[in-house]
Amino acid sequence: MAAKIRQPGWYRALAYSILGVLFCLGLSTGLRAAFAVDPVYDGESVLQISLLTVPLFFLGGIGCFDYWLRWASGRTVVDDHADHGAKSWRDYFKVNTDHKVIGIQYICTSFFFMFIGGLMAMLVRAELAAPGRQFVDPNTYNGIFSVHATLLIFLFVIPVFAGIANYVLPLMIGAPDMAFPRLNALSFWMLPVAGVMMLLSFLAPGGSFAAGWTAYAPLSVDAPIGQAFFTIAVQFAGASSIATALNFLVTIITMRAPGMTFFRMPLLVWANFSTSLLVVIATPFIAASQFMVILDRALGFNFFNPAGGGDVLMYQHVFWFYSHPAVYIMMLPGFGIISEVLATRSRKPVFGYRMMAFSLLAIVLLGFTVWAHHMFVSGMSDWIRIPMMITTAIIAIPTGIKIFSWIATLWRGVLKMDTPMLFAIGFIAMFTLGGISGVMLAMVPLDIHVSDTYFIVAHIHYVLFGGSLFTIYAGIYFWFPKMTGRMFNERLGKLHFWLTFIFFNVTFAPMHLIGVQGMPRRVSDYADQFATWNLIISVASFVVGLSTLIFLYNMIISWRTGPKAGSNPWNSLTIEWQVSSPPPIFNFDAIPSVVGGPYEYGVPGAVHAVFDDAKPEPVAVAAGASADASPEETD
Amino acid sequence: MTDQSHRGAVTAKNWIVLLAMIVVASVIGIIFMLALNWFPEQGSDVAPPIDTFWDVLVIVSVPIFVAVVAMMLFSIWRWRQRPGEEDLDGPPIHGSTKLEVIWTIVPTIVIAALTTYAAILLIDIQAAPAKGTRVVNVNGGQFAWDFETQAPSGPVKSERLYLPINEPVKFNVRSKDVIHDFWVPAFRLKVDAVPGITTTYNLTPTKLGTFDVVCAELCGLGHAYMRQTVTVMTAERYAAKMAGLAKAAGTPVAAAGGGVGK
Ligand SMILES: [Cu+2]
Ligand SMILES: [Cu+2]
Repeated sequence: MAAKIRQPGWYRALAYSILGVLFCLGLSTGLRAAFAVDPVYDGESVLQISLLTVPLFFLGGIGCFDYWLRWASGRTVVDDHADHGAKSWRDYFKVNTDHKVIGIQYICTSFFFMFIGGLMAMLVRAELAAPGRQFVDPNTYNGIFSVHATLLIFLFVIPVFAGIANYVLPLMIGAPDMAFPRLNALSFWMLPVAGVMMLLSFLAPGGSFAAGWTAYAPLSVDAPIGQAFFTIAVQFAGASSIATALNFLVTIITMRAPGMTFFRMPLLVWANFSTSLLVVIATPFIAASQFMVILDRALGFNFFNPAGGGDVLMYQHVFWFYSHPAVYIMMLPGFGIISEVLATRSRKPVFGYRMMAFSLLAIVLLGFTVWAHHMFVSGMSDWIRIPMMITTAIIAIPTGIKIFSWIATLWRGVLKMDTPMLFAIGFIAMFTLGGISGVMLAMVPLDIHVSDTYFIVAHIHYVLFGGSLFTIYAGIYFWFPKMTGRMFNERLGKLHFWLTFIFFNVTFAPMHLIGVQGMPRRVSDYADQFATWNLIISVASFVVGLSTLIFLYNMIISWRTGPKAGSNPWNSLTIEWQVSSPPPIFNFDAIPSVVGGPYEYGVPGAVHAVFDDAKPEPVAVAAGASADASPEETD
Repeated sequence: MTDQSHRGAVTAKNWIVLLAMIVVASVIGIIFMLALNWFPEQGSDVAPPIDTFWDVLVIVSVPIFVAVVAMMLFSIWRWRQRPGEEDLDGPPIHGSTKLEVIWTIVPTIVIAALTTYAAILLIDIQAAPAKGTRVVNVNGGQFAWDFETQAPSGPVKSERLYLPINEPVKFNVRSKDVIHDFWVPAFRLKVDAVPGITTTYNLTPTKLGTFDVVCAELCGLGHAYMRQTVTVMTAERYAAKMAGLAKAAGTPVAAAGGGVGK
């Protein structure tokens, strides 16, 4: 037992966490005693300090800092790769530095939270099935939809993309791993911390956080202690995001295989490059907004208290300066996935490759100029509205370029209509709708009427469910054979697609209508005139919920007993498909050399990369050699 | 080899059929969308132009969506992988500068037109009211509104909003605690009630009757129940109502109105 507690792992994590709580108890009571605050023991104070501190103890206990601490204290460090790669399923529950293991950890963790967040959506729809109170009181209701949104944004869509890219991206650029494998592990382990904290908020006195995922001050400042679970959990999710984004940037810039110029990179790599730029620039802003809330709550800083000279609108400006770019953080990686799937399954090069890459960068840039479109009715100065309307509408142009280029990629291809392709095409249709309602929302005179209504709820779900989630499904089905070495069940995949596609639309399309008709969002009760539509929406949403079980069953069964997939079942040209499924522990036994574009389908004899078996030492060389050896691209 | 005639060029006839289908589907879509009863009744002067703007947006949007879906369905119908084509690749088309320029410029024009329309409409809506316009103070609190105005007989405070028809009114919106949002769906305008500042909008009620006042910003436990009413009445009845309320205000208990509607 004692030996187990000294080893990094769950026993030590538990022991350290208990130690952490005791530390916080001591800190709080000690400080209060020193400054003669009465009473000396204050549960909420201990809890708030614990929320900030105990996760660090947990991360230390599970083993995220061992190597760094040993190195920093001058002791010998051994690079024996003992915690690299998984030999049994147990290794997935330990700190691991292999990007493939971390990718799977990310994906499984975020899908776990997706199912919980989805379950909460079912509770929301059950409550809204009829006017009046059905199951839950308004406080619980507000808590459920707040946790639903927060989990699905911060614990599902953002990290699942990081997970898919974690697995696929180093393989795609011919790198043996991410640039900072230990930072990568730390990024992952901060996620369950954030997610569990959000769920634990339901046990807090006064209930879970209930101010929506936007947590506007001063509602969030005055709320019971459950709100602190949001405020602090978002810090951990945000830190995880930033660290991963840095990791992707350095990996993409410095670890590309010889010959992999920027304009030979698959668009998934471009998409994650763009996303990571967004994350590192924008995420500190939500961290700031939440730190200000916690300082207001715990220490009375009055950032958002007008009586103390604070400014309520400031919260919204800082919050949306992150949270608008966050929309693209949740969308650009999906754009990358769709480009990969469409090119491979249409057997054609991505149409207008360079414009596809440039339009991603254009979206990154423009994404920082539009945040106040969430504030058209917030009471901010009127003059800001027209400039923000124009910048918002302009984003439709690079987005349109992407949609038209995807359609042109399909045009004259040999379309293999399997599950990843169905989700990709379904995505284009649904995302076009979400984009159109987005342009409508940019138009201030209309937005004034529909903001904070179900029209917004419809728009956001067309973008994040019909948009992001469809790309996630496409990506998961597409790379499932690579990750597991097995094939998923195609019939169940198609069933999953059609049920999701149809009932997604029955669920969310009517919300446009009831929103314009005047139903506000975030309500547990509504006027009787909306009863019929709400019942239809609720019933349809339960079918969407059930359809995810088909997906889950398919994934589990196929992972265990699916037919062997082989290394390249899609006959794709990109590098990740040129190694075994799953790939070897350090990805490549020989360094790939990139000799052409990634999508040269239809060009006789074209290859993207060749493997030069004559060069040994794949790990050391690939890590050091970057793009300098790359020949000029000609196309 | 299998028959590959379907992989030939897209003929003029194909294009005509495709375009015809897009036009027909767009017309049907537009008719369907315009036939739906989207908005609540038009209760103010700004409602008709906003509703018309919506119609314009629908007429522009439907063909875009229809075209996107039709092009994809056509591709699937025409170029779906047939048995025997498992190893076939498509033609290596990398792009077309001409097409890319077109689908950059055309949306730019559409966007420019729509934003210009919206900007002109917005400037119209948010034009400052004339001097001497009736002012109603709208005060949000958890979880009810109260309304104050100046009647000839003195200040009047009520929990129901009363307005005279066809007379401009300016709302000064404030909050006593957290953020609320003062919205009358029939009037089409809303603004947040923000602690520490006064927000405003102005309009002219144009329809007699009673309409919902809805809080549109999450403000806590009772947010869903923060629904009151506004009654738009003729000038004479309004004057009588104000006089009655002012008199009732003399006795503190009778502080007007009936909470949530009647
Ligand atoms: Cu936005
Ligand atoms: Cu409210």
